[in-house]
Amino acid sequence: MDDLADLYQEIILAHNKRPHNEGILDPRTHDAEGYNPLCGDRLVIHARQDPAGKLEAVQFSGEGCAISRASASMMTDAVKGLSGDELRKKAQQILEYLTAREAPPALDLAEYGDLAALSGVRKFPARIKCATLAWHTLLAALAGKEQVSTEEA
Amino acid sequence: MVEAPPIMDVDTVRAQFPILSRSVNGKPLVYLDNAATTQKPQAVIDTVSHFYAHENANIHRGVHYLSMNATDAYDRARATIARALNAEFEQEIIFTRGTTESINLVAHSFGARLQPGDEILITKLEHHANIVPWQILAEERGLTLRWADVTPSGEVDLDSFQSLLSEKTKLAAFNHVSNALGTINPVKEMTRLAKAAGATVLVDGAQGPPHLLVDVRDIGCDFYALSGHKVFGPDGIGVLYGRHELLETMPPYQGGGDMIERVTMEKTTFRGLPERFEAGTPNISGAIGLGAAFDYLQSLGWEEFHAHEQALLKRATERLSEIKGLTIHGTAPEKVAVVSFTMDGIHPHDIGTILDTRGVAIRAGHHCTQPLMTHFGFTGTARASFAFYNTLAEVDQLVEAIQVVHQYFS
Repeated sequence: MDDLADLYQEIILAHNKRPHNEGILDPRTHDAEGYNPLCGDRLVIHARQDPAGKLEAVQFSGEGCAISRASASMMTDAVKGLSGDELRKKAQQILEYLTAREAPPALDLAEYGDLAALSGVRKFPARIKCATLAWHTLLAALAGKEQVSTEEA
Repeated sequence: MVEAPPIMDVDTVRAQFPILSRSVNGKPLVYLDNAATTQKPQAVIDTVSHFYAHENANIHRGVHYLSMNATDAYDRARATIARALNAEFEQEIIFTRGTTESINLVAHSFGARLQPGDEILITKLEHHANIVPWQILAEERGLTLRWADVTPSGEVDLDSFQSLLSEKTKLAAFNHVSNALGTINPVKEMTRLAKAAGATVLVDGAQGPPHLLVDVRDIGCDFYALSGHKVFGPDGIGVLYGRHELLETMPPYQGGGDMIERVTMEKTTFRGLPERFEAGTPNISGAIGLGAAFDYLQSLGWEEFHAHEQALLKRATERLSEIKGLTIHGTAPEKVAVVSFTMDGIHPHDIGTILDTRGVAIRAGHHCTQPLMTHFGFTGTARASFAFYNTLAEVDQLVEAIQVVHQYFS
């Protein structure tokens, strides 16, 4: 029961119910579709970078479970204003945190804000890809890739 | 007065399946993912284990005792399955890796005779295993794939099916039972219609024998494909039934040992049925285990088996229908005990995860039927699929676990 409460924390449920930045950003400079062939869910990330490469805005659309929607919603808040390098660093930290074999320390609330609520996902290996999909898709979009799948290496 | 069917002694049956007494996440296992794979009775586990401990040898090769013994056991399994499906000849039973390989065998071997412009008719109710091999074949050979429609209740639309049949239809392929919705298709009638149009008929029987008595001659189909692991037998073994007159006209599927008559550097001649379609050392223990699974099924009384499954379906349908915001998909009058559902505003994967923490194993997702899901306008469903060893109390445990979903997502 505790594990379930950890997974579906209030913050996650709130982001799922009333996600931030859900929609199709216009104008935008980058798009990518993230796809999970195991469940058929698709998440589309829309992003706009300014000429200096700073992320002005990110929105998401598509279909997904509570974990993937909440993760996408929280990500769109967390990456606003980041340069390309800053974004890649943050994405790497989150992805490593979610997928590391050895249990890493809990995410620091002060540094990560709402994203720290993803900590409960680690106890549900079948759901980790739901949480990482938004991040992989944003990285793909900025790298000029139109599609990314959870089943790619 | 109609006599009530005899009641199945579920406790005794459950005791024959060791895994059913284990716990998951601290709760007694409620295994409702039988359409994905079924659990194995002790009789099957013992048969496979006994083979490796006492009888293991390669078949058709040795002059020694063990090899002859293994060959006998392998052939006996084929005979058991031929009888269970009411095939005319044992040689009509070809061992494969499963339903998927059985269908691919037909696509490669029977498919070799199809010409550009020929048509294959399938339905929107199919599993990917009965879609993708035909798409690949159609692409390779310039064929047209036609899709019969489904009705809102999840049945094949027979008018649509019939209207798509023509002299161009060389093959009609459809499932016996829908894995996603539980619909039992009128395969005998569909076969009659397709054969009247001159088509060869393949029935995807992956979900048939776990729930129904199958009589391939009564259905009248040319091919019937099934998987061992879905019928309480081992995985990695399956069957293609094929009418012998047709199989005899078909080229080999894979080349290799055991399927040849004579090999020279210039040319090879092939053996007859069924060896021509069983290249290489087969899954011997799997075939023998599958024979044991069919023996086990036949030891259960069919009437009580069927009545019990229908009671599970009725209870699950009634109790799930009472849950606010829950919609059951697939409401055909003829169904096996499979209940596919969605809940307003709640993704199937979240339902599946929460149920798992209560020990209830269901499947969430597209069930390898994406065209069907797209047709109905969703990406997936939650699916509770029952077997004869499930209990009415487990239906109630499913419903209680769904209440927990509401606690989080109301």
